[in-house]
Amino acid sequence: MASGRTVAEPRGGRGRAAEVARGLAAYGLIVRMWVRSTLAYRTSFVMMTVGNFAANGLDFVAIMLMFSQIESLGGFTLPEVAFLYGTSGIALGLADLLLGSIEGLGRRIRDGTLDTLLLRPVPVFAQIAADRFALRRAGRITQALLVLGWALPRIEVDWTVGRVLMVPMMAVCGTAIFAAVFTAGAAFQFWAQDAAEVQNSFTYGGNALLQYPPTVFAKELVRGVTYLVPLAFVNWLPALRLLGHPDPLGLPGWVDFLGPVVAALMCTGAGLAWRLGLRGYRSTGS
Amino acid sequence: MSGAAAAERLIEVDGVEKVFSVRRKAGRLRRVRQEVRAVDGISFRVPRGEMVGYIGPNGAGKSTTIKMLTGILVPSGGRLRIAGIDPARERTRLARRIGVVFGQRTTLWWDLPLKDSYELVRRMYRVPDSTYRANLERCVDLLDLGPLLTVPVRQLSLGQRMRGDIAAALLHDPEVLYLDEPTIGLDVVSKAKVREFLREVNTERGTTVLLTTHDLTDIEQLCRRVMVIDHGRLVYDGGLDGLRAAGDGERTLVVDLARELPPIDGVPGARTVRVDGPRQWLAFPASQSAAPLVAAVAARYPLVDLSVREPDIETLIAELYAGGGTRWDVAEDGGKTGDAL
Repeated sequence: MASGRTVAEPRGGRGRAAEVARGLAAYGLIVRMWVRSTLAYRTSFVMMTVGNFAANGLDFVAIMLMFSQIESLGGFTLPEVAFLYGTSGIALGLADLLLGSIEGLGRRIRDGTLDTLLLRPVPVFAQIAADRFALRRAGRITQALLVLGWALPRIEVDWTVGRVLMVPMMAVCGTAIFAAVFTAGAAFQFWAQDAAEVQNSFTYGGNALLQYPPTVFAKELVRGVTYLVPLAFVNWLPALRLLGHPDPLGLPGWVDFLGPVVAALMCTGAGLAWRLGLRGYRSTGS
Repeated sequence: MSGAAAAERLIEVDGVEKVFSVRRKAGRLRRVRQEVRAVDGISFRVPRGEMVGYIGPNGAGKSTTIKMLTGILVPSGGRLRIAGIDPARERTRLARRIGVVFGQRTTLWWDLPLKDSYELVRRMYRVPDSTYRANLERCVDLLDLGPLLTVPVRQLSLGQRMRGDIAAALLHDPEVLYLDEPTIGLDVVSKAKVREFLREVNTERGTTVLLTTHDLTDIEQLCRRVMVIDHGRLVYDGGLDGLRAAGDGERTLVVDLARELPPIDGVPGARTVRVDGPRQWLAFPASQSAAPLVAAVAARYPLVDLSVREPDIETLIAELYAGGGTRWDVAEDGGKTGDAL
């Protein structure tokens, strides 16, 4: 080996910012490796992506078929439902693409490969978030974007700058909220290694819920996704405001704009749960 | 800490413990919490540049120790330092200074060419270009990796992959290399190659090596010092010869005679323990030379072939405890030993 101790010390000190920067850099590196691994099986990748796109596409076709029989659903027109569908799909799709693989944590704990991630000089969260990065998940995002693109010119909204900005804001906050649910679910797997399904019911299940207007569901369910697992902030509450529909729970108007606050709180909570889980793992080893 | 002192003890372990709490079934629904002391107060020092064998039966606490030394697990008690770093508190900083190879777990990228995994190590550990090139060249040279660099890892044989894994663990110039069963499942040629390389890394580069293995030959060929752990306690720390003596280890002389004969007797220092047709097994103390024994047998019996078998590690360790009285503890708090089991 080369003489001397030339191992580079971490650049930029040991602060939180430096750790985040190292985490992001490592995330990028690992994602690139997985994308290249995926492309080793090019045909399989193309088929999976097309399949993913088509499966989600059929999902929306079902909604369109429904509207061939009815005028409105819970007081929402087809373009309005498409707006809900698109915003929720984009948020879940992005969160799923960026760190959906984190649900594989339980498997890594069971087969002991989490330990190899703990041996590297980069944060474990970045490594596990990038683990098995699946580009095919972009299929859902593409499909949701198309549905949203179809809906936007057809919904009756008096567009102002603020209202236009609400749409990307919904996507960002929605992604953060779903990402927090993915992370919290993964953190839970530190204690219960086969709990991936519980988390799926909140992420994929939550998305299936948010595609439809809140007015078609029982009040108790709407309350649950507002107060307990606040998925309502992904698209329901801001969309009600944008589309001029009354809030079925009758909450004060300013609540509709709480998305960023809720997203920030959820991410903080999920981050703490993750740290707690990892600390627990390192003291119990199981 | 002064430089000299740091070099003197690169790895410092003082009374380190790891207690797990496991739940056991006790009846149909009842679960009972039970404490398992996986590592029960071990202490040792490893100076820079030493190659140490760390052995013990399955479940003795080997892996738990390695996990604490690398920062994966946080000790329940005691003090631990690697090059002055507390692994539990500064895991990622320590990661840059150690290399780890798990024999049964590859860190290489299955679907990508071998060299891509190395490229990832270079960027993740931020290894300076010159260091990286020199280290890679050296590993490729000594481990015959040249033709394998462009081959997807999934197509490599077990031995090739192990060599690839060892190289990956050394590209960032670690000061300490932990190897967990590095020769498991390898054929004789691959084993020899891996051992030769490890010896080279240790002597030429001065890398400190801690090796866990079930293969006594690994220890014999590589380590002058061996530590034995059992039931979470360090029961032996010293040379391999000392281990043989401590365990009252007996070697076995296996002789093939020209024909079936009654058990050989009258050979001083040896007793016949088994007869199977023309083949007979003679046990003799590990400390005794085999040569006079062979001469004595050959002088009186029609000897066709022979071999000498060393006691294997499991037998040695089992013997280390047999009777309890022969057991001795090198941990500083040796007083606790008696009532531990």
